[in-house]
Amino acid sequence: MNLTLLNVIVAVVIAIAFAALNAAYLVWAERRGAARIQRRPGPNINGPFGLLQPPLDGIKLMAKQLTTPGGADKVLFIAAPVLAMFPAIMSFVTIPFSDTIVAKNMNVGVLMIFAFASMGSMSLVFAGWSSRNKYSMMSSVRAVSQAVAYEIPMLITTITVVMIAGSTDLMEIVNQQSPSILHWNIFPLLGNSHNLLMPLSFLIFFTCTLAETNRAPFDLGEAESELVAGFHTEYGSMGFGLFFMGEYANIVIGSCMTTILFLGGWSCPFGLFPGVWWFIIKLYILIATFIWIRWTFPRTTIYGLLNLSWKILIPLSLFNLLFTAGLIKVF
Amino acid sequence: MVTYFSEIYRGLLSLFEGMGVTFKEFIKPTVTVSYPYETLEMCERYRGHIELIENEEGEPNCVVCMMCQRACPSDCISIAGKKEEGSKKKVLTKYMLDFTKCSLCGTCVESCNFNALDFSKEYNLASTRKEDFYFDLLKRLEDRNK
Amino acid sequence: MNAPVETNAPIEIQPDETFILNVGPQHPATHGVLRVKMEMNGEYIVDAETVIGYIHRMHEKMGEIKTYPQFLMNLSRMDYLGALGYSHGHVLVVEKASAIEVPERAEYIRAIMVELNRIASHLFWFGAFVMDLGGFSPLMYALQDREHILDMLEAVTGSRLTYCYFRFGGVYNDIDDDFISAARKFIPRMRKSLKKYHKLVTGNIIFRKRLEGVAPLSKEICRKYGASSAVARGSGINFDVRKNEPYSVYPEFDFDIPVYHECDSMARYMVRMDEIEQSLRIVEQGLAKLPDGPVMPKKKPKIIKPPAGDYYQAVETARGSFGVRLVSDGDKIPYRLKLRSPTYSNMHLFDEACKGMMIMDALAFMGSLDLVIPEIDR
Repeated sequence: MNLTLLNVIVAVVIAIAFAALNAAYLVWAERRGAARIQRRPGPNINGPFGLLQPPLDGIKLMAKQLTTPGGADKVLFIAAPVLAMFPAIMSFVTIPFSDTIVAKNMNVGVLMIFAFASMGSMSLVFAGWSSRNKYSMMSSVRAVSQAVAYEIPMLITTITVVMIAGSTDLMEIVNQQSPSILHWNIFPLLGNSHNLLMPLSFLIFFTCTLAETNRAPFDLGEAESELVAGFHTEYGSMGFGLFFMGEYANIVIGSCMTTILFLGGWSCPFGLFPGVWWFIIKLYILIATFIWIRWTFPRTTIYGLLNLSWKILIPLSLFNLLFTAGLIKVF
Repeated sequence: MVTYFSEIYRGLLSLFEGMGVTFKEFIKPTVTVSYPYETLEMCERYRGHIELIENEEGEPNCVVCMMCQRACPSDCISIAGKKEEGSKKKVLTKYMLDFTKCSLCGTCVESCNFNALDFSKEYNLASTRKEDFYFDLLKRLEDRNK
Repeated sequence: MNAPVETNAPIEIQPDETFILNVGPQHPATHGVLRVKMEMNGEYIVDAETVIGYIHRMHEKMGEIKTYPQFLMNLSRMDYLGALGYSHGHVLVVEKASAIEVPERAEYIRAIMVELNRIASHLFWFGAFVMDLGGFSPLMYALQDREHILDMLEAVTGSRLTYCYFRFGGVYNDIDDDFISAARKFIPRMRKSLKKYHKLVTGNIIFRKRLEGVAPLSKEICRKYGASSAVARGSGINFDVRKNEPYSVYPEFDFDIPVYHECDSMARYMVRMDEIEQSLRIVEQGLAKLPDGPVMPKKKPKIIKPPAGDYYQAVETARGSFGVRLVSDGDKIPYRLKLRSPTYSNMHLFDEACKGMMIMDALAFMGSLDLVIPEIDR
């Protein structure tokens, strides 16, 4: 695919539209899902099944006044929500939804996505620092230690997958898993490595995705019963809206990565009709799990979170990395 | 080492158990009442604000004995009555209930010895003006009889 | 003590490195208008001071200017979650003072109602507590069960929250067969729900990690501040007014007082969950033993004027030992009515106990104390 200017613009526009649409309707899905779990109907007044709720909420947010708290660092305060949204949209550019639907495939796609993902926590720091609010400050400090603690096991697990595939190209990683469900990295019985510990790797990666996206049970940055609303306490209007959209866009990115690295991307479990629909099905099952988890568990503590990362996830993922390396060397 | 792994295993198991519970709730039907579209009927003993009871002629049972006014802990009731010439009984001319102060304790109904007061079943009482909560019970009685 | 080993490590504090954090009076974790002024060193609490009185309504003073029946409804406004227990204390002390005989049926009805109210209160606490810890769905499940109790109580008393049901000498309305069958149906339903809660919440590893070993309260500190209810019983103090100073018909019921010796937040949680089961047992027995008869005494003084004297009655409410001290000078208005509210004592140990905790643990600890702010401020 040639990288023409038009191509890039179209890709970015589609990425923004996809991210925004997903963010808006994931809020709806989250509210409906949470309501069903709690045996309520959820938003059902505006439009059929409440489907007009997200655009109306968006209009309401846009119509509100954007206030900056007194004494806040104005530049950072305005930059923070933009920074929350920007890396998520950029990551969409390189994600392959099928073997043809990809804006720009790169042979270092994995690296690029992780590079952008680590920018996400920067926006939280900016927001917390510039808000001039003690709660926001504490929240952003938490967010940094959380990001440091969870990027390590996440990257180690990704390296395991990259080692199996022998490539950092996302297309290549999917292509290697395509024949059947037994070639997927979650149960690699027939693939390159016969590593039976991969389901564990999948769990580690999924947990880290939860933590990276600041989702419950790791939503320590938000922690509304302790820190009021954490880093976005002082934000209203579309500033808050962008944080919100950024959060959901990050969830989509995290689920896309899990699908590509472990669940075989667009390949079918039985080798039939591979295509973008399989990708979408897997993606939304993962997102539903995100929502399901959020409305089931209480929040962890900050030390519980760090203990989980440093005492359990990092040792286990390191062990799995060595084990996989050994298996690849032997076979 | 064994405790380390068994703790991880049991922890994971408890998480899946919890998710099982929420999944079971997810597929059950909803239990809420979507209020403005559906309403529940108030139970028989529901204690709303007070209402005058009428006799067969449509006149209030009240004999202006002032018991309710005296019993009220918050001074919400003010009654006035006058004696018609020639008749022994007093006739109720004013029964004002200041609902802004009322705490729905029901002491007035209990203190009434003439079966003149009852609780209404009305609960849609929201308003933006304070004056809307000064109820003229005699007028309400007339409106009911219309 | 497994989880927060780090939290209790001594921290060296430079005086200029701390900052003041105002938690409340409008904060999601304080469940009302309670303000906690915390001196923080990062996430650690160096010092805390609870500031109360934002919704002080002078209930005690009102008791001195209102006649006895007029004051009845104030008691249910003190604690909006377990209102009946507070009315119980008040009617008992006035009955004791003016020697009013209560029919047996009325006593049983009171006990059943108070226990149902206690379950409702504990259910709400359970939901709110888990919500403090970040789990939302348990609150909704708890409210569903609580709704059944409120429906039953509404059908009898006429109101859902601030019941004004007990009268001197008996109760306002008799219970009917509908209530009895509804209560009988509710008991197995609640037992099933309890199993669900234990599966969803109690067994959950995140939940256990947050509570086990967190916020230890020694027996000494509980005694020092006069703590009662689950706060004391979670620290190994076997004290329950229903057993230790029996009143009403409680001696006739067979029930246990759950006591845990772990002293942590988990112990306080478990005490309350076990108390729901014990209250169900009392309701079950009460319904079985319910005698026939009137619910108000035949002869009762028209105007209640207790003879001059000093009377005291304690009852076990959902939040602990609630005492009413009545000083009468023989008038129809009490000379002094002192209300000893349990949460007032339970809350004040927070200042001392939360030193050195992280803010997350401290707020979980505050949740485990089961604070109802209007009841503290009275």
